Amino acid sequence: MQKTEQLKGKSYEPILPGPEDWPVVRLSRNRKEFVEEVIQESFQRIKKLRRTPDMLREEIEITMFKERLRVKENPWKVDPDDELLFWSDVKKQLVSSHQNTKKKNKDISDQLLLDIISRYANEIAGNFKPTHYRLARTIVTFGFARLLNAAQLRTFGALFHGNLTLQDKIQIRGETEHIRKLAKIGTIVMVPTHFSNLDSITIGFIIHSLGLPPFIYGAGLNLFNIAIFAYFMNSLGAYKVDRRKKNMIYLETLKMYSNLALQKGCHSLFFPGGTRSRSGKIESRLKLGLLGTALEAQRVNFLKSDGNKPNKIFIVPVVLNYNFVLEAVGLISDYLSEKGQERFYTESDQYASSYKILKFLIQFFARGSDMSASIGRGMDLLGNYVDDEGNSLDNKGKIIQIEDYFKFKGSISENPQREGEYTRMLSEKLVHEFHRLARCSASHLVAFTAFEYFRARYDKLDIYSLLRIPVEELVISYDQFKVAFLDMKKRILMLENKGRIHLADHLKMKDVDTLIEIGVNNVGIFHAKRPLLFNKDRDITTQDLKTLYYYRNRLDGYDLEKR
Amino acid sequence: MTSKKDNNPVGVIGLGSFGTAVANLLARNNEVILYGRNPDQVEVTKETRVSSGQKLNKKIELTSDVEYLSDKCDIIFPVVPSNSFREMMKKISPFLKPYHILIHGTKGFDIIADREEINSEGKYLSRNEVRTMSEVIMEESVVVRIGCLAGPNLAMELAQGKPSATVVASRFNEVIQEGQRLLRSDLFQVYGSSELIGIELTGVLKNIIAIASGALTGLRLGENSRGLLISRGMVEMIYLGKSLGGNTHAFIGLAGIGDLVTTCSSKLSRNFTVGYRLAKGESLKDIINTMEETAEGINTVKVTRSLAKYYKVRAPITEKLYDIMFEGLSPETALQYLMKYPLNVDIDFL
Repeated sequence: MQKTEQLKGKSYEPILPGPEDWPVVRLSRNRKEFVEEVIQESFQRIKKLRRTPDMLREEIEITMFKERLRVKENPWKVDPDDELLFWSDVKKQLVSSHQNTKKKNKDISDQLLLDIISRYANEIAGNFKPTHYRLARTIVTFGFARLLNAAQLRTFGALFHGNLTLQDKIQIRGETEHIRKLAKIGTIVMVPTHFSNLDSITIGFIIHSLGLPPFIYGAGLNLFNIAIFAYFMNSLGAYKVDRRKKNMIYLETLKMYSNLALQKGCHSLFFPGGTRSRSGKIESRLKLGLLGTALEAQRVNFLKSDGNKPNKIFIVPVVLNYNFVLEAVGLISDYLSEKGQERFYTESDQYASSYKILKFLIQFFARGSDMSASIGRGMDLLGNYVDDEGNSLDNKGKIIQIEDYFKFKGSISENPQREGEYTRMLSEKLVHEFHRLARCSASHLVAFTAFEYFRARYDKLDIYSLLRIPVEELVISYDQFKVAFLDMKKRILMLENKGRIHLADHLKMKDVDTLIEIGVNNVGIFHAKRPLLFNKDRDITTQDLKTLYYYRNRLDGYDLEKR
Repeated sequence: MTSKKDNNPVGVIGLGSFGTAVANLLARNNEVILYGRNPDQVEVTKETRVSSGQKLNKKIELTSDVEYLSDKCDIIFPVVPSNSFREMMKKISPFLKPYHILIHGTKGFDIIADREEINSEGKYLSRNEVRTMSEVIMEESVVVRIGCLAGPNLAMELAQGKPSATVVASRFNEVIQEGQRLLRSDLFQVYGSSELIGIELTGVLKNIIAIASGALTGLRLGENSRGLLISRGMVEMIYLGKSLGGNTHAFIGLAGIGDLVTTCSSKLSRNFTVGYRLAKGESLKDIINTMEETAEGINTVKVTRSLAKYYKVRAPITEKLYDIMFEGLSPETALQYLMKYPLNVDIDFL
């Protein structure tokens, strides 16, 4: 297993020859049957969760109420036109069924439930078309490559003073060959950190570059508001997740979709943080719902294996490392206001048009900000590492039979509480892996050093007061900054020695002045107000402390600030 | 679920007084395999059918074969002192599978740091170097379904068949349910809790207060002072427990207040005895050398004092006890200090 595999100069053969072999294609060919299966299974599941007709009826009433409210108060462009009609009809049927017999009422409830699930399942289901995939893929790869080339030509030598090659470009590092092997013998669930709306495109590009067949993934329905995203995502195998629908029937249907797709061997992509990291921190708390579906699918695979070798599911953490996040300014504002409860939390989608996105993309690549993706080692559903053959290993390297985790008194049993607990354990392992895999570059380290320097200088102020200090006051003399930076660098090297983080190669450079320059010149480079820059005396200053805070947070959670 | 599987024997590890008591409790409802690490001692016990002064129930089978134990039992109760717990886990770990359930009854800390240095300035222990027993199990084996036993369970009283109760704490409902099914009897009530770490911590930390209580008795300070100690000790435990990742709820239940009151009032408690003898002027070394079984509290005072320093938690009782035990402070001076300790709020955590 190679530790640092780089994409540059290397292309991977597809692990499966043609689209007809891709699980996602098989799924989309039988889309109708698959959706029907989702509907039936969800129906059974919800009936089990709401055992009596009264409970079921209440659930439908709650759903109807919430949905009517949503349609009225939070409509989106992507919503179908007949929504209000549909829910009004549900309401009518519920009201009119008042004087009916119990038996009749039960039938009405069941039918309503089926209708609702069916509506949801059809909305969720992706619409994967191999031809579209190929086209989108070409656009993405061709576009990426072109833009990268342009970027390289224009900024080569300038950005890093010619001392460094542009090695820190878009790189795929880590366990790439390992993942390719796993994808041949089992089902991959890729779980990346989530900082930017561009992540799904980046990940799509990475998956393709690695020669893996397309993955399916849940994408926020709001992204389908934007035509260009909608096109790419439909093509790349996305199914739709609507965060506004927080009712139990929707959530169960959504989970069943993911669960069944996994059972059928579709490689999947979950953003386990749920949404983009608002604070800029690496995710420390994960959403357990979709992760739980992987666990359930694994258990079902064991139950259904009938002595055959059951299909195993592998979790692969991926960390995306950016020096620049397009949405940083908006995200950190959201984070602060949400946390400070200063005002009602509203989501800001600043980059909500195709034109703006495209403009940004061109800017982004033409001006050459680097990013990398770190691919982690595959894990089983309990967070044990697996080897190239897919065997789970304990921390002494001994092979574990993971079906034993699902056994109680000698046989595999279904136990939602147990599996919920396993999911929580897996999420803890993932958080740990994210921090370990993250690749710290000079830009992260200068941001962290500078912000902590200000924090120490104004140690009597809380974070909100600190962020309100006029930027004119926020100057650090270069020499002092250098001292603080060297100290921080020493500490992060210690962390690396303990295997708790990765460092970009340039951080090993001896010339600290160049290193600081690289850092300052790269952190959040395209923001109108720069988070860090040199003033005319070559001291360090900022134009926007809030954005600096965002980039500083990338190194949160390592206790680097603790003395 | 076959009925045959339900009748699988239950395993117990440890021939100490609590291990033996747990084996006897379990033997009321189940076949039990009791494991001891010393084959000679196991052979002797097979003959005498008496372990740690307690007569063994006839449904208890003795073994020194750890593989046999792991093969026969899906559910095992390890009850060994904290300082040999990790070693025991290393020994059994090769035979443990993810289907095993472990419910331990050990009330001490494991530390992964140089034991001599844990109270030297600048090298205080943080939570990173301290493990509860469930965490040791996680580190050393593939077992994840883990629980712990805690409550007012003086081994001698259990052996005499006096009524009592315990808490089985686990994050897994099935572990709690199994613990209850296996242990519950007319004389033994079993409560469940999902606060595994909190319950472990309360069981560990209460031993500190038990030593202090023994010292009060040794100094003949009366029952008012014990009331003072128990309630302030409780507060100290909660502060410490919270800083170590425990939940307040765990401390005010049976495993917290229940166990605390019992161990602080009973000469049957080993930790109480340590405090009593300290107050009578014996040196800690002599006390340790003449005790038959480990008093977990001694090590706990050392570790907890270090943790309190690291997390800057106010823990006057632990600190003064540490000074008495390891720094040669006289109990009388410690008492004076404590009585002058400025505390203005009684309870500020609920």
